[in-house]
Amino acid sequence: MMPLSAAVVPTHLVHLAPVDLIIVVFYFVLVLSIGWYLKGRANTGEDFFMAGREMTAWVAGLSFLSANLGALELMGWAGSAYQYGILAAHWYWIGAIPAMLFLALVMMPFYYISKTHSVPGYLQLRFGEPSRALSAVSFAFMTVLMSGVNMFAMAKVMQIVLGWDINFSIWISSLTVAIYVTLGGLRSAIFNEVLQFFLIWAGALLIPILGLYEAGGWTNLKILIAHRASEQYVHLWAGLGSFSNNPMGINWVGIVFGLGAVISMGYWTTDFLVVQRILAAKDIRSAEMAPIIGAGFKMIVPIIVILPGLLGLAVLPEKLVPESLAAATGAHSYNDVLPLMLARYCGPGLLGLGVTALIAGFMSGMAGNVSAFTTVWTYDIYRPFINRKGSDHHYVNVGRWTTILGVLISVGTAYLVMQFASIMDYVQALFSFFIAPLFGTVVIGMLWKRATGPGGFFGLLCGTLCSIGMWTWVKLDPSALAYVALSPHAKGLAQDMFQALWSFITCVVVTVVVSLATKPMPDSQLSGLVYGLTEVPSIGDVPLYQKPLFWAGVVTVVFIALNIIFW
Amino acid sequence: MVSIWFFIGISLAVNGALILAAGIYELVHPPENPSVVLFNLHASVWWGALLLLAGLAYLFKFAPQRKT
Repeated sequence: MMPLSAAVVPTHLVHLAPVDLIIVVFYFVLVLSIGWYLKGRANTGEDFFMAGREMTAWVAGLSFLSANLGALELMGWAGSAYQYGILAAHWYWIGAIPAMLFLALVMMPFYYISKTHSVPGYLQLRFGEPSRALSAVSFAFMTVLMSGVNMFAMAKVMQIVLGWDINFSIWISSLTVAIYVTLGGLRSAIFNEVLQFFLIWAGALLIPILGLYEAGGWTNLKILIAHRASEQYVHLWAGLGSFSNNPMGINWVGIVFGLGAVISMGYWTTDFLVVQRILAAKDIRSAEMAPIIGAGFKMIVPIIVILPGLLGLAVLPEKLVPESLAAATGAHSYNDVLPLMLARYCGPGLLGLGVTALIAGFMSGMAGNVSAFTTVWTYDIYRPFINRKGSDHHYVNVGRWTTILGVLISVGTAYLVMQFASIMDYVQALFSFFIAPLFGTVVIGMLWKRATGPGGFFGLLCGTLCSIGMWTWVKLDPSALAYVALSPHAKGLAQDMFQALWSFITCVVVTVVVSLATKPMPDSQLSGLVYGLTEVPSIGDVPLYQKPLFWAGVVTVVFIALNIIFW
Repeated sequence: MVSIWFFIGISLAVNGALILAAGIYELVHPPENPSVVLFNLHASVWWGALLLLAGLAYLFKFAPQRKT
């Protein structure tokens, strides 16, 4: 995510006309109306926490993608594209597509058949209470803290882009999210995520269209970028032979194994924020199709994120600078590229839609965090450890109050970050500690029946400690990055990739060793949870074009073609 | 239950209508110094019209009384 400095606030980037403000206000009215309309459909636990498990593949798939398509991601990755070139697209292609297809075809059946409410819930079924407790507590608090960090960062963006007061942005957005999620539960969050998906495309697609027109097409754009930056900025793989041959300071091992095989797998298959949307699917075919639909759209998101960054590099008259330099000089930073491009092409009305898309991205991201927090807190912490005997109605009430509490903790975190900016870095780092080892634990649990409860717990614990240890080592001694990433030329992003890789390997090795040293679990206890002991229900006799495997094949072919085209 | 796609239709249609209206106003009363590049393409007009048409199509197809 993009770093933001509070040191210097430049004059705001865009000025909204009355029609723009009407569009923004209309968005708030619409999302609150949706929450109000859905309030009567969130009376049972299944309704409130799982949206009744009746979402179609399209709704679940777009919501799954949208939960990740936050405004800060859009602006941050557009800024990364300006800074690093098309290499940033790896986070949308190899850093997402294989993991989404793996979730659809390999992992989803186990999540779905087990009828778990959450990823920690699956760990409880597979490895027992200690693994669930470790994963639930870490996920719940990191999610709600991340929500607060995002809230502050977005309020800061609104101040820089629009000149809005930070307090106004924090309270108006958090109150709106609290109202519509408390009223309608996960269904309300999902509906608004789908709405946000359309708003983002409607608000942002015009930038690449007009940008390519101004640049004179893709071929001319490449020439302009090569002239203003370097030819390496338009190659995905050609410069990844060594750390020093590309603007990101990373190599193909880090991208393929760190990003593609561990970080993205961890995020897209075990982060409950996104997986929760798929668990709300109405049947097994929809649950498998949803991530594939998400993958199809994920592949084209670079059109509205990466391409504007590249276009900014080619057509903006000014040179954008790193955040730290921008804070000191008042110049525009890399992260301002998307609002700058918006202001460049979008007049009254279109500007309002673009700003609404950013606000919608932020609010649905926050709603996603809060709804995931609410479910994990209620089902994986409150029910097993505080009150086992409550009625369904009681847990729904706990869910509603937890939603409000989650929003308030987020607001508190936002104000804490405002006072102590460095907290933002720590919270982001804390979140990353758990993702890679969690993937190791879940995937071994699904694919290897010999894995035992103690193996899963200690694997998860040691993987997490390994991640924390490496992060602390590099924090205390930055030269240690050369050892973590295996190269003296490695830069910051390489640390994330290799840290994830090592913590995943540690998790797997410890899980295997401890499992082999402990008593195996009986097969009867693993039915429905592990490959080889689970009867995956048939998706029915459907034509080829309705089969998940067929569409996964189509997505794979397009994915390979894109990587070759932009090699 | 009202379909999610109906709400999408409302959003696209209203935003499209507002953007189209703003675009037509600028077409009739062009500013002396346009604040955007490629003003001559009048993106607000055709993009607003496109959103409006898409929104109306969704509203028609997913109207609550229709069986889809």
